[in-house]
Amino acid sequence: MKGRTFIAFVGPSLFLMLLFIAAPLVSVLWQSFEVTQQVFETVEVETCTPGFPEQTCVTETRSRPVLMESGLPLTETRFVGLESYRNVLEPERAAAALRNGNIGELLNIDFWKALRFTLTFTLITLPLILGVGLVLALAVNNAVRSIRGPVIFVSLLPFIITPVIGALSIRWLFVGDGIMTAFLEWWLQQDIAMFAQGWTIEILMLFYRVWHVAPFAFVIFYAALQTLNMDTMESAIIDGASRFERLRYVIVPHLMPLIIFVSLIHLMDAYRVFEEVIGFRSEAHVISLQWLTYDFLTPDDSGNRSISRASASSMLTMIGIVILLIPLLMRTWRDHRGSS
Amino acid sequence: MSTPNALRQPLALRLTSAGFLCFWCLIAALPLFWIAVMSFKKPVDAFASNPLDVIFGPATRLEGKGLSVFGILFAIALLVFVYVFATRHLAPLAQRLTVDRQIWLGWLSAVALFGCAVIFAFVYVYPAVTGILDPLLGFLGDPIIGATVEHYRAVWFENEFYRNFINSLIVTTGVVVVSLTVGTLAGYGLARSDSNLAFWLLVAALIFRALPHSVLVTGYLPPFINSAEILRPVFGEAAPTLYGQPWAVIAVLVSINQPFTIWMLRSFFQNIPRELDEAARVDGCSHFQAFRRVIMPVMWPGVITTGLFSFLLAYNDYLVTSLLLDAQNQTMVPAIASYFNRETTTTDQIEAVAAAVSITAPLFVLVMVFQRQIVSGLTQGAVKG
Repeated sequence: MKGRTFIAFVGPSLFLMLLFIAAPLVSVLWQSFEVTQQVFETVEVETCTPGFPEQTCVTETRSRPVLMESGLPLTETRFVGLESYRNVLEPERAAAALRNGNIGELLNIDFWKALRFTLTFTLITLPLILGVGLVLALAVNNAVRSIRGPVIFVSLLPFIITPVIGALSIRWLFVGDGIMTAFLEWWLQQDIAMFAQGWTIEILMLFYRVWHVAPFAFVIFYAALQTLNMDTMESAIIDGASRFERLRYVIVPHLMPLIIFVSLIHLMDAYRVFEEVIGFRSEAHVISLQWLTYDFLTPDDSGNRSISRASASSMLTMIGIVILLIPLLMRTWRDHRGSS
Repeated sequence: MSTPNALRQPLALRLTSAGFLCFWCLIAALPLFWIAVMSFKKPVDAFASNPLDVIFGPATRLEGKGLSVFGILFAIALLVFVYVFATRHLAPLAQRLTVDRQIWLGWLSAVALFGCAVIFAFVYVYPAVTGILDPLLGFLGDPIIGATVEHYRAVWFENEFYRNFINSLIVTTGVVVVSLTVGTLAGYGLARSDSNLAFWLLVAALIFRALPHSVLVTGYLPPFINSAEILRPVFGEAAPTLYGQPWAVIAVLVSINQPFTIWMLRSFFQNIPRELDEAARVDGCSHFQAFRRVIMPVMWPGVITTGLFSFLLAYNDYLVTSLLLDAQNQTMVPAIASYFNRETTTTDQIEAVAAAVSITAPLFVLVMVFQRQIVSGLTQGAVKG
């Protein structure tokens, strides 16, 4: 296909991606160095109250927003350098906390709290999802043919459901005296409040994510199991490999490219964890990096959105994505050079 | 067929494997099944700590609202019929409705017909049949499981959830149509080009796919809110404010979805042999004609699969729609959040549950109808990408 036809085919998509993905990225970078604020002026106001023998007058200086002719408050945008980053990272408080050796204090700062959760969440769910997906694939592969369809149908439900609703549905099982909490209380013979402290919410969030993504891993592994080379399997059996050895030396190597693929997709997605915080309404205890940006973007009580702080936290989130992507990009590049 | 001795599995292993499968199916279905059950009960029953009370709903039954043995059997029969029809007979129906080789039209009308029929069966036929037959059947017709649809009525009519439904419909339809149109062109171009440019485009798309959506929304918000001022020099007084406009959100979601769409469509296009294009080109087609007349007719399975994933992205999105749309244009998923904020009485909570179930129901039907396409879409991306 010649260059011009290629551009004609790819053009609309390229245009959309440039306008709505690349351009916003640049503008976020730019916004993170700027702050837009209302302009305030200080005026001296004299207020008098009637009194005896003469009225008491108080003169005080007040600041009030400058209004434009249209009646809207006047705003100005100025370059502040790294101030927004400083507001998000709070380096002084963080350094002080580190000097005291007090990790708890460090984790009181929103950004570090969010970073801690996002990273532990990503790293803990990864092996769980691979494990559950693999075991499921092996079990379904083992099962009678006629029940495979229904099992896949049921397994796809958690995967396809709206994430916020999925998180909510698990929350409703546990909230207050929901049946799961009632069951746990009966079993452990003690009072349980799942949403009163951070770590129990985190367990539920981990559970939700495994429940939501394991079907994806399962379907992919299951499809790959269908193409397993039976000759290799038979020779392994003849060589006297035990069931576990067959899994370790025949099946897992066969699935390896897909295990890497699922891991990469999962790392990208888990790093963006967000819907769990909304669904479990955990913002008081557990927050994630993407939720932090979302929170800066939501109007506060006076209707202001802290765009510059949101931009700063976005850019900091991006650093993690870049680190995640480097190995993937290097691999793609090697493949490309190898193929051409 | 007899299995060789060496491959035969010990009983313990088979039992563990079967047990694990049962356990998984229970876990996978329980939360969804449970909210569906809760949504039909009075708050006292729905939040009872005894699970049997939640299922049988004694308080709801006392009010005379409930399902009889006959009603339950009838409902199960209807559900089984729907499942069997969706998995077995929908594809032939789609084929039959296909006019002029436009398979997508066939599928669209088949699914729309099917959806309407299911809604009609459960909303009108079911109450009518049980209403007539229950009194005639004696003890079989006595309510044994409490159930009420009052929360659904409250959500859909009093709280005007149908407005959010319409907004969701507009946004998802827009996203699916535009992203498929743009995506098939790009996917085809990328699949048929070996240039370095194509490679770098795909790599860029991969990077874009990994971006957190909040980062992008941070970039959109200020220009969207101020767009009337920014665009005034170009459009004059008619300059629109993009914030709160469904079509602006459609454009945003299409773009966010584009990297994934083009990767997936490209791998589907790569499965179509190049000889097909070449044959068409020899016969005098231009590239575009070859694409439209020869390639697209064999591409429909891939397009339907990709369309499903676009639909899911738009339908499930919370972050983008909640930040870029205002209250009047809100779609269904963010609208649920308004229930949390006033979740004061238990009735409100059950209404939130009913709203959540209403959002899930179409997805349930979707999995039923398109199970095979979803699976093929998942594996396609993995094996080729």
